[in-house]
Amino acid sequence: MNTADQYLKAVYLAQRLEDGPAATGTLADILGVSPASVNEMIGKLEAQDLVEHEKYKGARLTDDGLERAHHALQTYCIIERFLANVLEVEEFREEARALESVIDDTVAERLDTIIDRRAECPDCFDAEADCCEYLEVCSAAE
Amino acid sequence: MSLGQRVSSDHQLTRLLQIGIVLEEVVESRAAHHLESLPEEDRADVDAEVRALLADAAAESAEHRERLEALVDDLDAETVSYEEINALVDARYGPPADTDGVLYDQLCNEETAYKFYDDLIEAIEASDTEFSVDREHVLETLSAIRAEEKEGAQEVTDIMERRT
Repeated sequence: MNTADQYLKAVYLAQRLEDGPAATGTLADILGVSPASVNEMIGKLEAQDLVEHEKYKGARLTDDGLERAHHALQTYCIIERFLANVLEVEEFREEARALESVIDDTVAERLDTIIDRRAECPDCFDAEADCCEYLEVCSAAE
Repeated sequence: MSLGQRVSSDHQLTRLLQIGIVLEEVVESRAAHHLESLPEEDRADVDAEVRALLADAAAESAEHRERLEALVDDLDAETVSYEEINALVDARYGPPADTDGVLYDQLCNEETAYKFYDDLIEAIEASDTEFSVDREHVLETLSAIRAEEKEGAQEVTDIMERRT
């Protein structure tokens, strides 16, 4: 997953967490980068019509941005489910975040052939718990 | 969280090699499933060339898996057994509609594996991490496997072109 898709996914999750525009600080926390880095990338995404940014409020995904964010979150969900259910990794969230930049979409699609993912993915992704609400280890951790 | 595409620890290298092994197991299992999934009357229609391709693909994946398992073993980690992955493939397997579908799936397998090894090699080369295993040996192994995946994709493409 490339950096732009990781940002779009973060904007999507931040919008859900905040029930409104994604604030720079929230995005910086989710992505573990500086607010300056967030602002720079949001500017690039805005230039590509993937987000709309309003000063002092935050970023919102456009329809095109939302489509890409959905796809990116599905890929992330595949990686999390694969780590949790196939490799039985306890720290699956942390490892998924570390691996998402190295795992290509096509690889995730192949891994998807052996995991059990709901048709409504990624709507069932719990932004606060940072995992799919139907993932057994996700609900067990709550 | 790092946004860079590099492998930064033994642990991450191990995990990526484990993913490579699972991908090979998926390829091996799906290749075996494809032939078995065709109805008896259609199996006869699958020509020797396609049968040989699937058999070779399964054998090559098994061999790649063993080479990756040796690396994971050197990193003192374990891998998921083929039987376990085969059962997961089995549980969610949907057979392609026809022989062209089988070939297309096989092409996806080869191309995905190639892309995976290509990204992994790049991520290792971009890292200055000292791994507990010999970096050159890892890169040589992965490069050799990547080259075979490229050949495999070409073989499938050649067969697909001959059939059109």
